[in-house]
Amino acid sequence: MEVVEKKNKNKQYKPILEGIPDWPVYQLSKNRKEFLEEVSQKSISRIKELRPTPKQLLDELEATVYREQQRMKRNRWRVDPADEQQFWATIKEELLTLAAKTPEEAEPKAEEILKRIVLRYAEEIAGNFKASSYKVTREIVKFWFVRLLNGARVKKFGAFFRNRYTLRDKIHIVGKVKQLRKLATEGTVVMVPTHFSNLDSILIGWVIHSLGLPAFIYGAGLNLFNIKIFAYFMNSLGAYKVDRRKKNLPYLETLKLYSTLAIQKGAHSLFFPGGTRSRSGMIEKQLKLGLLNSTIEAQRNLYLETPPGDKVRKIFIVPVTLNYHFVLEGPDLIDDYLSIKGQDRYLPEQDKYGSWQLIQFLYKFFTKGSNISVSIGPGLDVMGNYVDEDGRSLDPQGRVIETRDYFVSNGKITIDKQREDEYTRMLSQKIVSEYHRINRVFASHLVAFVAFEMWQKKHAKLDLFGLLRLPEEDQVLSYEEFRETCKRVRKQIYKLKDHNKVYHATHLKGKIDLVIRHGLDNVGILHLKRPLLLNKEGNIITKDFNTLYYYHNRLTGYDLEKFI
Amino acid sequence: MTSKSSSNDPVGVIGAGSFGSVVANLLAHQRKVFLYARDPKVVDSIQQKRENRGHKLHENIIAVNDLSVVAGECNTLFPIVPSQHFRSMMKQLSPHLHPYHILIHGTKGFDITLPPDQTIESVTKLNRSQVKTISEVIMEESVAVRVGCLAGPNLSRELAAGQPAATVIASHFNEVINLGKRMLRNDHFQVYGNNDLVGVELAGVLKNIIAIAAGALSGMGFGENAKGLLISRGMVEMVYLGRALGGNTKAFLGVAGVGDLVTTCNSPLSRNFNVGFRLAKGETLKDILASTDEIAEGINTVHIAKKCADYYKVRAPITNTLYQVLFEDLTMTQALRYLMRYPLNTDIDFL
Repeated sequence: MEVVEKKNKNKQYKPILEGIPDWPVYQLSKNRKEFLEEVSQKSISRIKELRPTPKQLLDELEATVYREQQRMKRNRWRVDPADEQQFWATIKEELLTLAAKTPEEAEPKAEEILKRIVLRYAEEIAGNFKASSYKVTREIVKFWFVRLLNGARVKKFGAFFRNRYTLRDKIHIVGKVKQLRKLATEGTVVMVPTHFSNLDSILIGWVIHSLGLPAFIYGAGLNLFNIKIFAYFMNSLGAYKVDRRKKNLPYLETLKLYSTLAIQKGAHSLFFPGGTRSRSGMIEKQLKLGLLNSTIEAQRNLYLETPPGDKVRKIFIVPVTLNYHFVLEGPDLIDDYLSIKGQDRYLPEQDKYGSWQLIQFLYKFFTKGSNISVSIGPGLDVMGNYVDEDGRSLDPQGRVIETRDYFVSNGKITIDKQREDEYTRMLSQKIVSEYHRINRVFASHLVAFVAFEMWQKKHAKLDLFGLLRLPEEDQVLSYEEFRETCKRVRKQIYKLKDHNKVYHATHLKGKIDLVIRHGLDNVGILHLKRPLLLNKEGNIITKDFNTLYYYHNRLTGYDLEKFI
Repeated sequence: MTSKSSSNDPVGVIGAGSFGSVVANLLAHQRKVFLYARDPKVVDSIQQKRENRGHKLHENIIAVNDLSVVAGECNTLFPIVPSQHFRSMMKQLSPHLHPYHILIHGTKGFDITLPPDQTIESVTKLNRSQVKTISEVIMEESVAVRVGCLAGPNLSRELAAGQPAATVIASHFNEVINLGKRMLRNDHFQVYGNNDLVGVELAGVLKNIIAIAAGALSGMGFGENAKGLLISRGMVEMVYLGRALGGNTKAFLGVAGVGDLVTTCNSPLSRNFNVGFRLAKGETLKDILASTDEIAEGINTVHIAKKCADYYKVRAPITNTLYQVLFEDLTMTQALRYLMRYPLNTDIDFL
């Protein structure tokens, strides 16, 4: 049974910029060398600002070497360059020879070392966008996706070469598409999606392309480059690499400046502000502030540095939510979440999914009816104000605001880091609330939420961990009761939607029995152990409580618990 | 950073009450001050007599009746109007504000928003989505984000007399704190900074409850032991309420918390203290309200805090009994008897 998304217009979008050479990301990679030079120059002066004396600088360098060597010992990845050990060993030796000198004597050499480190980092971070490879990837992806879709769905010989289904039938893009396209011509777009799955990056890449937007630069986790297929995709899409193992100051500053300067130069960007995939399955509540901060800094610099008379390029933040019935890594993510919830220990990122698993997943994804929807939120300025079609910021009453004024003290634009940190915090709160607002509720989210909460209510005395260990004989819900509760909660979701606090998929409407069926058929559809299904008597049971909890979490934060 | 030369730019004070007039005077030492009064008659009287509510006004103060002038001339504004009128004032001010405006308010009260069919009397419980601090009202109603508050033991008459005193400027923005310090600080007036805006606001508001109680003790003729008891237990209650409403404990230990609390609890000059005093002398709330045009924020605060305490299930015996005295028919003597029998046995359990 399939409830069709009615709203899907199946529309083709023309590219907003004709030739790839016009794309900001292309310009960036064409002038790669100069750009990296600028990034390192600015990073170095920033680091020197933060560590003003030679002594502090030396300490910082020593700490960096130490951390890097520890990292290499503990956590090496396939993508790490072969000469890494040697590079850091040399730096260490050079630092040792400086130890005998006074900090002042050692300063020139220390600066030289810093420069080498920063340049190395900049090279590592930098993306390598190639027009030819972008085109090839795009075509390959399009071709195979369509083949898979048609071959798998229409089970007839020859269906393989038909074009009856396209990706648009699987992936629904809803929300402020028109505005997004307009904003991408008016200024620089920074897209900030929620992050649930490793598939997100590819999905968003496809969305960006299919909306006719030029390629965005990504900040993709370096761990993804361990998987060869991903590495190829990412490289060709203009991804730059973010290595979350490296926490040292020179790295963090270089990374931040890379993204700040790229945005400042007009490269549309994409990053997942949640940092990593949501372990719990909840919509992110805490965002990583560093990269958000760089958008604010870039905007301020643009106001500061644009010559008077010229139009200042505005930066627009566009929140996006990705809505799945099924997240491939769901069971593992929730395991991670549960195991760290009690004890706050370090959790290395492990990716159990290699290229082969990924292909398998894609095949399953296309052969079984599991749709994905992507909600594009309304554009915001860097302060979190909504903007109109022309990119003008509006206050809640609809009056036009000058974004520039946020950076002004006594009539002049000033640089105030503390102020911008605070702005970043405000922006992050706004993005989080937008996520909740544009989130689209699927039937599968509804059933998972209701079932889990019903069990929770029946066993009110158990804490989460107790509940997850509920004996099997208790893991049954009467269908009638379940049905009534679903109805109640759905009604509340309608109400929230009327107040503009959440969206829901079209398939959530209609007869509740059908909606529940749709939900049960789809929730965690491809997992070995299904999180929710009907038993022989027609009642609700679970085969995997943890995973059920994971899908349930998607609807936390709306105060729906009261209606169970 | 802000340049020195611009520190003489004019500033605005919105609200020509007693505290507003004193703040205007403090600010007027080095710069022009636009003092906004809602009532045109007050403006005329200030311009002619150069005094307001018993305070002689500095010659740098210009009284105006037009919010657009204040917002247009000044980048920094000090709104100091009673909490009941704050939101409506902000709605009028808002069209004239820009994101470069800095607002430091001096109002110690809550704002409540209720559905049209409800009143503060009819609702049984209030939660944080209905009760807002003044800085939250400013942010909701306008584009101003650089917002701060002024709190602390600042009895208008003592400040006017140039006696030594201190205040706290709380804001998330160091820029706002530094600006406030520069503008207000003088030889008799010390200014501290705090980043916990909501905590400081809550401390300033909630202490009004204890001030009423202190007035009541005094009205009943009790001495210093009783006051010591009240202040310390009152402090604990403030911390609990404050935490439930989203503040940190720390702010309550500072100038805006314990500093303000001790002052108001000892001062017959304080309006809230006065209300408690007269209640204990047997007057009813109605009589008291009829006899003064100045607003004692504490009455409203008790009303709201009691309903919040019920919602968040916070133990707040002082607030609860005061509520019964103010709005139900408990007498002060009964209230005291009840409190003295209240089974509280832990001294400090919030640190």
